[in-house]
Amino acid sequence: MAYKLTVNGRPATVEAPADMPLLWALRDVLHLHGTKYGCGIGMCGACTVHLNGEPARSCQVTIADAANASVVTIEGLSPDGTHPLQMAWQEVDVPQCGYCQAGQIMSAAALLKKTPRPTDAQIDEALDGNLCRCGTYLSIRRAIHKAAEAAAAGQKG
Amino acid sequence: MAMDRRAFLRATTLVGGGMLLGLYGSAPSLTDASAAPEPDPAAAPQQGGGQRPQQQGPPPLSPHAFIRIAPDGTVTIMARSPEVGQGVKTMLPMLIAEELDIDWKAVRIEQADLDSKYGVQFAGGSFATPSSWEPLRRVGATARHLLIAAAAQTWGVPEAECTTEPGRVLHRASNRSLGYGELAAKAAELPLPDPAQVRFKDPKDYTIIGHAKPGVDVRDIVTGKAVYGIDMELPGMLHAVYHKCPVFGGKIVSANLDEIKALPGVRHVFTLEGAEVTGNVLPGDPGLEAGIAIVADTWWAAHSARQKLKVTWDEGRWAQQSSEEFARRARELSGQAPARTLISMGDPDAALKSAAKVVEASYSYPFIAHAPLEPQNCTAHFHDGRMEIWTTSQTPGSGRGMVARALNIPEENITLHLLRAGGGFGRRLTNDYMVEAAAIAKTVGVPVKLLWTREDDMAHDYYRPGGFQYLSAGLDASGNLVAWRNHFISYGEGERFASSAAMQPGEFPARYVPNFALHASVMPLGLRTGALRAPGSNAYAFVIQSFLDELAHAAGKDPVAFRRELLAATPVAAPGGGGGRGGLNPARMRAVLDLVVEKSGWDARRKALPKGTGLGVAFHYSHQGYFAQVAEVSVNAEKAVRVHKVWVAGDVGSHIINPVAAESMVHGSVIDGLSELMAQEITLEKGRVVQTNYHEHRMVSLAQAPPVIEVHFLKSDNPPTGLGEPALPPILPAVGNALFAATGQRVRDLPLAKHGYTWA
Repeated sequence: MAYKLTVNGRPATVEAPADMPLLWALRDVLHLHGTKYGCGIGMCGACTVHLNGEPARSCQVTIADAANASVVTIEGLSPDGTHPLQMAWQEVDVPQCGYCQAGQIMSAAALLKKTPRPTDAQIDEALDGNLCRCGTYLSIRRAIHKAAEAAAAGQKG
Repeated sequence: MAMDRRAFLRATTLVGGGMLLGLYGSAPSLTDASAAPEPDPAAAPQQGGGQRPQQQGPPPLSPHAFIRIAPDGTVTIMARSPEVGQGVKTMLPMLIAEELDIDWKAVRIEQADLDSKYGVQFAGGSFATPSSWEPLRRVGATARHLLIAAAAQTWGVPEAECTTEPGRVLHRASNRSLGYGELAAKAAELPLPDPAQVRFKDPKDYTIIGHAKPGVDVRDIVTGKAVYGIDMELPGMLHAVYHKCPVFGGKIVSANLDEIKALPGVRHVFTLEGAEVTGNVLPGDPGLEAGIAIVADTWWAAHSARQKLKVTWDEGRWAQQSSEEFARRARELSGQAPARTLISMGDPDAALKSAAKVVEASYSYPFIAHAPLEPQNCTAHFHDGRMEIWTTSQTPGSGRGMVARALNIPEENITLHLLRAGGGFGRRLTNDYMVEAAAIAKTVGVPVKLLWTREDDMAHDYYRPGGFQYLSAGLDASGNLVAWRNHFISYGEGERFASSAAMQPGEFPARYVPNFALHASVMPLGLRTGALRAPGSNAYAFVIQSFLDELAHAAGKDPVAFRRELLAATPVAAPGGGGGRGGLNPARMRAVLDLVVEKSGWDARRKALPKGTGLGVAFHYSHQGYFAQVAEVSVNAEKAVRVHKVWVAGDVGSHIINPVAAESMVHGSVIDGLSELMAQEITLEKGRVVQTNYHEHRMVSLAQAPPVIEVHFLKSDNPPTGLGEPALPPILPAVGNALFAATGQRVRDLPLAKHGYTWA
């Protein structure tokens, strides 16, 4: 079955069985490998993407359910990799193994869209489902604050 | 050594003209350092530095293997070791770049394939720093020496009059300079210098070592471009899953393979036979396990087909083992005379009899899974008698050997490409998934990527061994520790411990207590075990430093004061000279203990704590690193725990090579240890692992992590050592001791969740 959707602003067609999770459609059919498989049960957050603007665990969304939706992955978060979070992540040097970080950034991006200057508690709540096996949480929190500050300064400037 | 090195050097013409220094270092004899054996993954992390392969023996590594300088001055440095998140892809090239004298911003880093010219390519045992500090700085310094020689010849001046600034050789007397790119071709033709003539920088002139450098892949990671093992793709590649018996050693009796073959997208379905394993404890790497391979057009097709598999297993001789039975048997053994004595000094039995006070306690800790976030995977392509493999292995050399033996392919016909790994923690020290992928690839003859599910990973790990320790200690009338006896109950057979299930006789406080004995008894085990980050230490530090806290309490002494007294004792000589972690230097440990006490304001803070909040301290020596930690912890009536702050003091030698990464590594170690302390436990029922995924083997989340982890490095006059592991062990007892301080309750049986604790 062929499913049409928009991925990172471009139309895409996925030929796949209806029950194929969006995660595997992105990775193995569309060859977008930035979105990661960690647990397959929506527990770890490594596969987080934006589905119609909301953060979603792509391992828990079937391609049939994603039909006609707009999907944004880490590859499409910004045209040139300069989203404030992507910049802050580099500045703070957040990643260790880095495998969870696409999911962390996508969850953080969804948070900043709604809450441009989040508190620690708001960050904790929004990212609590994104596990980092390396334990880079303190750097993640710092980078989100930095990105929020940079975005605010950019808007003022 | 006296060979014509020039014969091995090639200057190579680049597309677009120009020459390179040090391409294709095909000089086998120059790179005999590579003959240094890959450290035994099981043994290396448990041994002291003195037992590691020495770097003095073999001749130096050739700079031509590691450094490419293009005519435009662009420098490419090869990163030799597997990157599993410990930062070596950045840190090791920093060592080369520093001594080469080059602007770090101008350096490009490439991941090396497995090749003997790079020397040891291994990720584990906090081994990268101690094994590379001298050899890789020497690589850089040797290349700089060649570039200076090339410039001196060009100008007809003595080498001694030449110096460098980043990327250029200078002759100040005549105000001349040449860029490295202009000198590379000539330098490539020069013989390598006598190692004794190669000069190293004065550390005070370092501009790269000791200066924070972001991870070289960080931009690719945050834009989704970094290629991990799981991201490997080849033209015409198929996707595989491999279905094994949930009980180790199980064999296939029958399966509906024909039915599976007919499912959509499925190309191949076949069984593979497992290696025979005998004995009552498994070898470190038992080889290929029997299973059913399903190879399909997409991973989802293979995975979906797998759900329809109906297999009858002969579950074999381990199908009855259970965690409950192990605990029962350990209790039984604890009441019997120990099977063996690993070390005995003084007369512990008599000293316990005559002690003013005797304290007894039994501790235990469970099996734990590594569960790196990237599930095990490997891509392989068998063609024309050759096997090409793309892997995230921490021990690629061992993996190649294992594939060669299992599939009868000569090692020289096996090529390994190293890909970034989504975490290691010791899981990728073993290469079971590599052999599975290679065996499947050999059967199907096209490129194939094997990917395990998270559930596969949880069920087929090489688990951190659980264990039981029955301790007795004696205090004299002044509260001094005079006797220590431990009956260590572990897994093994006869004199052999299961992989990573041994305890070193020299483990602290051996040598610091005049009457000391470590006895052991073992139980058979049909479960694969292996090294989990800070192997041994991740369990033993909890036992030793918790029990020391009990003794301090029994002696009526402050936990810090009691530890200081212990470290002030002159260590007694151990029979056979000690060994293992007997190499602990008490002065270095006292120094980090003093530092963490000072930074945490131990005395004043302890007195000012509100009810329900406690401060705990612990220290541990492992992987040549000295760490002491203090944790401030509160717990409420519902046993909900909050770690408010952790202070860490560490001594890993004279330099912190990449400071931001180092601090991050310590944060991660603390958080990793907290996951182990609170919730992680693998249990067995009917021979199979009960836990299936992260919801049953929980790691600390952002909201649960301590909001502040303060890291202080004490720079001592010792060669730099590794940081992947030694900061982890002390956090478990530090928090356990803080919980005791807060509540008067002592948990001796991990994880805390078993006793009703949760994170607040």
